[in-house]
Amino acid sequence: MAQTEIAPLESNTLPRQKTIWDAALRMIRRQPLGSAGLLVIVIMIFGAVFADYVVPYDPEIENFEYMLMPPGTIDETTGATFILGTDSFGRDMFSRLVHGARTALLVGFTASFIGAFVGLVLGVGSAYFGGYVDLIFQRVMDVFMAFPLVIMALAIVAIFGTGTEKVIIAITIPFIPRCARVVRSSALALRELPYIDAARSIGYSHTRIVMRHMVPNVMAPFLIMLTAFVGQAILLEASLSYLGLGVQEPTAAWGLMLQGGAEEFAESAPWVPIWPGVAITLAVFGFNLFGDAVRDVLDPKLRAQN
Amino acid sequence: MRGVASKLVATVAGAGFALGAVAAMAETPQAGGELNIVVGSKIPSYDAHIESTFGMIHPIRPFYSTLIRVNPDNPSSPTDFVCDVCEGDVPEGTDNGTTYTFKIRSGITFHDGKPLTAADVKATFDKIVFPPEGIASNRKAYFKMVESIEAPDDTTLVFKLKHPSGTFIPSVAMPFNFIYSKADLDAHGHTWHQTNINGSGPFRFVEHVQGSHVKGERNDNYYHEGKPYLDGYTALSAPKMSIRLQAIRGGRADIEFRGFPPKARDDLVAALGDKITVQESDWNCVLLVTPNHKTKPFDDPRVRRAMSLAVDRHGGSKYLSNIAIVKTVGGIVFPNHPLATPIDELKANIAGYSDDVAGSIEQAKALLAEAGQSDLKFTLLNRGVDQPYKVVGTWLIGQWRKAGMQVDQDVRPTTPFYASLRKQKDFDVSIDFNCQSIVNPIADVSKFLPTAGNNYASFEDAELEKIYDNLLRTANVDEQKILIRQYEKRVLNDLTSQMITLWWYKINPHRSYVKGWKIAPSHYLNQSLDNVWIDKEEKKRHGL
Repeated sequence: MAQTEIAPLESNTLPRQKTIWDAALRMIRRQPLGSAGLLVIVIMIFGAVFADYVVPYDPEIENFEYMLMPPGTIDETTGATFILGTDSFGRDMFSRLVHGARTALLVGFTASFIGAFVGLVLGVGSAYFGGYVDLIFQRVMDVFMAFPLVIMALAIVAIFGTGTEKVIIAITIPFIPRCARVVRSSALALRELPYIDAARSIGYSHTRIVMRHMVPNVMAPFLIMLTAFVGQAILLEASLSYLGLGVQEPTAAWGLMLQGGAEEFAESAPWVPIWPGVAITLAVFGFNLFGDAVRDVLDPKLRAQN
Repeated sequence: MRGVASKLVATVAGAGFALGAVAAMAETPQAGGELNIVVGSKIPSYDAHIESTFGMIHPIRPFYSTLIRVNPDNPSSPTDFVCDVCEGDVPEGTDNGTTYTFKIRSGITFHDGKPLTAADVKATFDKIVFPPEGIASNRKAYFKMVESIEAPDDTTLVFKLKHPSGTFIPSVAMPFNFIYSKADLDAHGHTWHQTNINGSGPFRFVEHVQGSHVKGERNDNYYHEGKPYLDGYTALSAPKMSIRLQAIRGGRADIEFRGFPPKARDDLVAALGDKITVQESDWNCVLLVTPNHKTKPFDDPRVRRAMSLAVDRHGGSKYLSNIAIVKTVGGIVFPNHPLATPIDELKANIAGYSDDVAGSIEQAKALLAEAGQSDLKFTLLNRGVDQPYKVVGTWLIGQWRKAGMQVDQDVRPTTPFYASLRKQKDFDVSIDFNCQSIVNPIADVSKFLPTAGNNYASFEDAELEKIYDNLLRTANVDEQKILIRQYEKRVLNDLTSQMITLWWYKINPHRSYVKGWKIAPSHYLNQSLDNVWIDKEEKKRHGL
């Protein structure tokens, strides 16, 4: 019996196992802007989570000896260093900026996640039940959507008052109808598909059909909305704080830092408004770029084109 | 050689004289020109008897006269009053200080041509002191001591008081006491002046375009000879500070009378150099800390005292004066007034005024520990106005933190802030203020009385009421000083019912060609503009 010699396997002929770096490189190649956005988001999250370890000073401690020091100031006697300068209360701008990321992300993620998830459930539920339920839900949503986002948030802050928790509520509420409306349009098409009829016919509960069979299938528009909402929420929080209706001193928040410096120190100490302005711009830009990339990946038409 | 020397001396002397003459000419008021003012607040109505805002005073005051006023040539003095429509010196009280007789000038006319007599002044003060039912009068309480007002003839006005009072003359000098025509009051009623203007002041009303401007023109029949110097003025409305600042910088406006923060002053001076003149003064306005005595633990005087001890007022003055319109450390009386407690006495006798900051903080911590409040947490209610409310509020939080207190800030827009402070009284601790026009210490300190309508600390104290009652009834300055000291110590130290932060500081940068206007300790004072003139040569130098 003839034996067939099996040639030893050469390691270079096997497809190399893909590492996380390969995936990252592929993403950078395919979605360079989205990757840049993701990098900004990751840096923000890192800063926010490890703020207490990253920053050199307590962001709320006033130190008038160092008021309005320009970026790069080093006190040779004490060794105190202020890489981004100090504000009018002598607080370190870098420390406040990093802690400001915590406030921005807390508000941004909480408001957008709650707003988007409530909108998801209401939107899919409304489409699934249809009829009067859909009619009533959509008219209520119409009322909410008749107000621009900022106006709606301002009205809610005027009712509930200022502070971080209230700002989250003020931003969450206007997000709900916006997400619900987009998700509903996708869910309306799903409702007519045979597998939903099949689920009904075998007696699945409404909750099961909505949560397990419809919601997973509207994830693409939902995720796109969600990433867009985070950027919008950060901008809205900064806007409310800038108007004096959001987070309050001495809490570090970018809009508040901008508000404290824009009018009075734009000429004599421009770093006071510039750094928070740059941080807000980068954060919103980062989330928008990442959101666009998510849309490109999840949208079948765009994916086909690519 | 002698000849040369004498010629040189003569030349130098001649040049010196010429320069002196030029300088003297330069400071001689010149007639003509228009003044552009920029105003940061709206005009709720034209009736000064019911209004309290500079938004009304700055554009409207030049249309009206008052019986007496602060000396426009010496407005920084809190005790220098001069006659406006009265003649001669401001009268002294007779009949043991219970009668004041004013001689009214002859020949004054209202802008509608009717003569102004003692009857008009009486009708005006009757409206302020004894308003008919249903007619508001914001300053009625200042004239509680007035028993009657009589005008026996066209040039005599007599006030009879119930008892001697050190507050009467300063109250009469308040800039809100516009003199109205009796004929207008009789014909049109007591609310007509809210929407109509007929005064006897240095300028006549031309127009008011809502949200844009108020315009006035020279009153040729003005009774102070040779005045006003200006042909007219325009008060431009600009609620945002940055707009007002740019208006002066760009030459659209010449002056703003309320005042700018220090950084804005520095920016203007940096941009315009010697084309800007800066006038500065202590301001009869102070921010207070008002704890709600009905809320625990602020019913405990040890906690309130600890809060006051933790505040380093001297350090605050040094640093905050660079970024906010506050500066002077003082007690409850305007710091430059003869009745004010000198700073050394405050340091020695009142909690929170010592130079030993570290010692004060240790005392504060010990008091909090004794009261079982070492980890005291509370919310500071504040008004959503940057200067100086939010700046001072943030500074206070930093100060309290040094003594271990954890404080959040609840900043609200003006209306909800007042609703919480005055009506709902649902706050722990609030920023409050005491701002006045005329420096009238005995009237001004009534704010600290538990029964005062504008004291929101919600407490009772019979001793404080008794001291104040005695203060009201003495015209003797030495007695007043003793009683004011007792009253102040009771408020700030023994009870610490409220706390003084820092007195405001007024900074008025204006175009250097605006002459004749002198800063006063209040943005309500010295606003009739009859002394103001434009230096035309200087204005040309500005390219305007």
